[in-house]
Amino acid sequence: MKLDNYTVLEFPSRSANEGFARTVAACFAAQLDPTLEEINDIKTAVSEAVTNAIVHGYPDRIGKISMKLRIKEDRVLEIIIRDWGTGIADVAQARVPMFTTGGEERSGMGFTIMESFMDNLKVRSELGKGTTVTMKRRIACRVCK
Amino acid sequence: MSIICTEENRCLTVHIQGELDHHRARELMTQLDREINCALPRKLELDLSGLTFTDSSGIALLLRTYRNVQELGGTMCVRNTPQQAKKVFWAAGLQHIIPFEGV
Ligand SMILES: Nc1ncnc2c1ncn2[C@@H]1O[C@H](COP(=O)(O)OP(=O)(O)OP(=O)(O)O)[C@@H](O)[C@H]1O
Ligand SMILES: [Mg+2]
Repeated sequence: MKLDNYTVLEFPSRSANEGFARTVAACFAAQLDPTLEEINDIKTAVSEAVTNAIVHGYPDRIGKISMKLRIKEDRVLEIIIRDWGTGIADVAQARVPMFTTGGEERSGMGFTIMESFMDNLKVRSELGKGTTVTMKRRIACRVCK
Repeated sequence: MSIICTEENRCLTVHIQGELDHHRARELMTQLDREINCALPRKLELDLSGLTFTDSSGIALLLRTYRNVQELGGTMCVRNTPQQAKKVFWAAGLQHIIPFEGV
């Protein structure tokens, strides 16, 4: 069976939307009949990316965040989270475990978690223009052999 | 997100309930600080059985709480860590820093 479906969500960078965004991602992923662990991995990765957009992308204003969810061929869920905020000067450095510009309320583990909880993580960013995080996760089929 | 505290002989037990993320972390940290500064516990037990979700905000919160308790001369342990939280904390290697019981 070839699944092909998508949805787009747009919301302001208010922290109350962190829970909303990960719930939407979990609901959308449900059509792939994921395990509880797969759902939790997806929620965690979405929470990291959306929190980054809120905390780092828009440190002193409310800006726009978009989340696109798509089911691609071979049961691959693609999640694209985008902000139009500050951007990242050095993406390679930002992805290093424990690297943070966020002080003691942050641990510098967000990208590391996205990377290890998903199959694939791509980060594109430009200073002053914003950041786009693309994550992919294949959901194993439990009924088809 | 709420916490329930019980104290006996300067052993403070804190149950953390609900979802823990950046949205909830600051308020929770304030509550925890208040409880710790008031009880000055010799031992803090964090019971996570009611924690339904955490992300990296929980990592920073645990590390900060651990440091606070140590500075006051106390010890801390974490109990009943759910699978989802365990996966997040282990990604950061917290199990090598903070004692987790029964995992
Ligand atoms: N959307 C973004 N816009 C601007 N900077 C970002 C964005 N996402 C990440 N960064 C930068 O990359 C760094 C690393 O991000 P990462 O999520 O790994 O850790 P953190 O957010 O600092 O801490 P944690 O996620 O553990 O709470 C951040 O400290 C910040 O400097
Ligand atoms: Mg982060």
